[in-house]
Amino acid sequence: MKPFEFQRATDPSEAVATATADPGTRYLAGGTNLVDHLKLGITAPERLIDITRLPLDGIEELPDGGLRLGAMVRNSDLAAHPQVRSRYPVLSQALLSGASGQLRNAATTGGNLLQRTRCVYFQDVTTPCNKREPGSGCSALGGYTRYHAILGASEHCLAVNPSDMSVALAALDAHVTVLGTDGERSIPVTEFHRLPGDEPNRDTVLEHGDLITAVELPALPAGTRSAYRKVRDRASYAFALVSVAAVVDFEDDGGAGTSAGPPTFGTVRLALGGVAHKPWRATVAEEALRGAPATEENIRQALEAELAQAVPLHDNAFKIPMARNTATAVLRELATGSGTGTPTPENREQP
Amino acid sequence: MDAEITLHVDGRERTFTVDTRTTLLDALRDRLGNTSPKKGCDHGQCGACTVLVEGRRINSCLALAVAHDGATLTTAAGLADETDLHPMQRAFLDQDGFQCGYCTPGQICSAVGMLQEANAGHPSAVSTGDGPTGTPLNDEEIRERMSGNLCRCGAYVNIVAAINQAQQAAPQVRQES
Amino acid sequence: MTVQHTGTAGQDLERIDGVAKVRGLAPYAYEHQVDNPLYLHPLQATISRGRIETIDTTQAQAAPGVVAVMTHLDAPRLAGTDDAELAILQSPAVGFRGQFIGAVLAETPEAARAAAALVRVEYTEEPHEAELRADRDDLYAPEQVNAGFPTDTRDGDPESAIAAAQVVVDQTYTTPFEHNNPMEPHTTVAQWVGDELVLHDSTQGVHPVRQTLAPVFGIAPEKIRVIAPNVGGGFGSKGVPHAHVVLTAMAAQRSNGRPVKYALTRQQMFFLAGYRTPTIQHVRLGADASGQLSGIIHDVIEQTSRIKEFAEQTAVPARMMYAAENRATSHRVAKLDVPVPSWMRAPGECPGMFGPEVAMDELAEACGIDPIELRVLNEPDIDPESGKPFASRHLVECLREGARRFGWADRDPQPRSRLVDGWYTGTGVASSTYPARRQTGNTARIRHDRAGRYSVQIGAVDIGTGAWTALTQIAAEALGCNAADIDLQIGDTDFPVATVAGGSTGTTSWGAAIIAAAQAFRDRHGDQPAVGAHAEGEAGENPAAQEYALHSFGAQFAEVQVHADTGEIRVSRMLGVFSAGRIINPRTARSQFLGGMTMGLGMALHENSVMDPRFGMIVNHDFAEYHIPTNADVRDMEAVWLDEVDEHAGKLGARGIGEIGIVGAAAAIANAAYHATGIRVRDLPLTADRFLA
Repeated sequence: MKPFEFQRATDPSEAVATATADPGTRYLAGGTNLVDHLKLGITAPERLIDITRLPLDGIEELPDGGLRLGAMVRNSDLAAHPQVRSRYPVLSQALLSGASGQLRNAATTGGNLLQRTRCVYFQDVTTPCNKREPGSGCSALGGYTRYHAILGASEHCLAVNPSDMSVALAALDAHVTVLGTDGERSIPVTEFHRLPGDEPNRDTVLEHGDLITAVELPALPAGTRSAYRKVRDRASYAFALVSVAAVVDFEDDGGAGTSAGPPTFGTVRLALGGVAHKPWRATVAEEALRGAPATEENIRQALEAELAQAVPLHDNAFKIPMARNTATAVLRELATGSGTGTPTPENREQP
Repeated sequence: MDAEITLHVDGRERTFTVDTRTTLLDALRDRLGNTSPKKGCDHGQCGACTVLVEGRRINSCLALAVAHDGATLTTAAGLADETDLHPMQRAFLDQDGFQCGYCTPGQICSAVGMLQEANAGHPSAVSTGDGPTGTPLNDEEIRERMSGNLCRCGAYVNIVAAINQAQQAAPQVRQES
Repeated sequence: MTVQHTGTAGQDLERIDGVAKVRGLAPYAYEHQVDNPLYLHPLQATISRGRIETIDTTQAQAAPGVVAVMTHLDAPRLAGTDDAELAILQSPAVGFRGQFIGAVLAETPEAARAAAALVRVEYTEEPHEAELRADRDDLYAPEQVNAGFPTDTRDGDPESAIAAAQVVVDQTYTTPFEHNNPMEPHTTVAQWVGDELVLHDSTQGVHPVRQTLAPVFGIAPEKIRVIAPNVGGGFGSKGVPHAHVVLTAMAAQRSNGRPVKYALTRQQMFFLAGYRTPTIQHVRLGADASGQLSGIIHDVIEQTSRIKEFAEQTAVPARMMYAAENRATSHRVAKLDVPVPSWMRAPGECPGMFGPEVAMDELAEACGIDPIELRVLNEPDIDPESGKPFASRHLVECLREGARRFGWADRDPQPRSRLVDGWYTGTGVASSTYPARRQTGNTARIRHDRAGRYSVQIGAVDIGTGAWTALTQIAAEALGCNAADIDLQIGDTDFPVATVAGGSTGTTSWGAAIIAAAQAFRDRHGDQPAVGAHAEGEAGENPAAQEYALHSFGAQFAEVQVHADTGEIRVSRMLGVFSAGRIINPRTARSQFLGGMTMGLGMALHENSVMDPRFGMIVNHDFAEYHIPTNADVRDMEAVWLDEVDEHAGKLGARGIGEIGIVGAAAAIANAAYHATGIRVRDLPLTADRFLA
């Protein structure tokens, strides 16, 4: 870790001005990813600007019924917020399925959006990596790819975005509020993260010096149901193999179904995690399911259509059936009204 | 580059100079001689370094000391008076909630912070619906909420028993959210 | 008339080191206060085989806070270089990626680490080999395998017996590359005081460290003091000193007498602290229709490092586990350009009871009999390998007791027939075993400090096993006093010589020395000793080992749930029933068994060090990517034991319990996963993708 200067920001605009003028500056928020990377030598800034004491830690209701989440709200506080839990369960569940209690107490909304990949080659500076060192090559090509992308990858990078929160935000059509030298702008989460293309060093569309100040959640129609489901290699405290965020409403009565058959989907918003360089909005499946009866067959076919474009790697072909099955299960459960993803077997035993 | 900071550690005010690169964990262990929090991975992946900062549990290995100037910290060494044990420490002893003891101070700080979170209404990944949370937590809730603290000796069964003992001994709170 | 003393052997006693540990005040190696230390950060090779051509330390030397940079060009010459793992910085040769090639010494850990990143190294690379495959043409038979066992054995004609058998299982099973990963990283604090070396080391044996290092540095063992009162786990990886101890001690020769501190990073531990070899196990079983075995063949392929041989004794348990007239076992090893493998909890038995115990489950199904009955049917009368009687073999009792407690009688053997709330559920069983050995060369010293109070000294180490408590209890029993009257002193070479905390031998071997010392003390000083009276005692071999085969046994039961949609696998219940001789402290013993089973659960579901053969590198080298179980992975788990005293296991009657808890656990879980899903997975770990439909 190279020596760096430490500053504490007192005003967002000043912080942006300082950071924009100096390419060696990085913002420090919860530190759970940045300090990790400082130690690994993945990044070596000359100056850190601590933004945690900026007044960006509130959660406010918006006039249109949405919610504005301050960028410095800690993940644990966001997940526990009553409005988030009751109106956006997909977001609360996604946050709680990520990391650990300790990390969620430190990590922030803005920092989570900028979480970098867990690709093992990215994290080891002794191996080539285009994301870490543009032009050096991609070690994952021909390497260990269990956790890598099946959708949207390029020959330059096979990495996946590790955030759970971002997958939920993508399914919610949330917007990121960004402060730059030209003032604030709003970026849809679905356009915030990038596919790698030939510039895998860029995870997002942000320019150097841009400061995330908030995330805005849109109001959701009455009767909307949402859920997040994460499949991973241990029961907790592990990154996703595959995750699914779903936000749906129904054309009939709000979705419980009737004896006559399953309900009919209205709008379906579905995002997949663990499969791509960004949260993957499953637009092909969404389109196929809009206005369709929520039958097992329809859901499965829609996912098959979505995943027809998947390109599996040496170690991760399983992600195709895993994503299909997991998304099918989440949508099935939302349609039948359980709405909270699959509980563990143990919790089912306990009333 | 150096900076002077003040930390309130286990009831004592400590003002000292640190390298800006120094983590809270290294500041405690190498500078202040408080080796109660342990270094197991140094990357937020094991929880052995868990301390309470303003009452909340965090991984001190991923916190820069300079960014916590003025903070109040509690380590397992400061949970109780020198002549006494915190009920959670007593419970870990009674239930044999450890073997080698290296992850233990972090487990105990984490457990104390975790029960406070539950009492403040924080849900976990296994909480169902948007209903109330609070103590006493069932075993599955304890396991999920304690999963940020790895124990290679495999004392989890007894750690859960210890937390159960401690939460039964403490006032129980149902938190309506 | 007997006086009942409190806290003696056999009684439930709270850990006597516990209060300090729950406060975090018990010092581990890094935490001993030393004056004015320097901090070490190593340089590591980034190629797998070849030589260093140039190594430029100019920038690092000039970096702030740096006191010294040491490479092969200027490092102290070692007196003994026979052990290539320890003979670091003696030549430009590189034997594996991650190997030490130098070190930076600085005033702060931050400065040392930053300067290490400034060193530039140029190599000449040679082609390397890092992938273990069964079809390699360079597999060889080592002279012997770990712990001195023969490489191959053969009784009768197993090939013909299997060819003629009515029922045959012929399958290949694999266990992956695994890392011990104790929570306390390997740590050494070294200081030369005149011509004496003082080490605070995180080790499983203070005297073994001294004995190993003395010839390396060309000094008498007595010139090395090793101190380790508290050690944060080892699981075999701290059983022998690894190269970091040498590196730190060498660096301390360049520190002007200042102590040098070095704790491995978690990442470095994947290269420099030993590991379990991957194994490829070809198992063949032949039986008649009733399940009676006629032939067993267990052929194992595994790896070692090209620079140093360690051949795990994986096929050893198949030599004694079940009766069969015809039997063959073998080990073949590949020398690869990889880090040096070593002990990991139950070397031999742990991987070696995976293949055969899953094969037994397959045989039970093929014969249409219950897997417990299959094992009972093939119970040998005597040790099939040595022909000696077993001192104590209670495998059948363990299986029966476990079946009763676990509710095995109600089991429907049909696989994939229980879908509950979206989870396929099944149960499985496997046997467990571990040899009972006693190490010779242990001495204890007892001194009557003041009226009724005794200090007991031995260089034993508590790595989490509960030795502080158990040895206190043994001493109290042997001296006829309360545990509270014993002042146990361990973890220091200033105390009498002791063997390693490994091989499940610690408590029995050290305990035998304490019992011998107590006897010598009473013989010499009687029941009314003067203050200051003292005596030493040394334990010899266990004479019964000549006449009997000494092994512990156990039965592992698991209930597994596999999600029908996602393939996620959970172990919802686990029960271990063990026969391990006398239990010294039921509280800490239960923890040991449960801990072994938990590590076995990790072996079953999670653990897998992924070798990228292109780089010769374990790529998932941290705790985020190398998964060990979390709290949420362990649900209803219990361990119990048969109430027994092994009269052939010495005066203590105990056989050791540190390892048997892991043995068989992974097989029981794999067998339960098959019962749940109908999918037979023969390659660990059992990850969700194996069960996707």
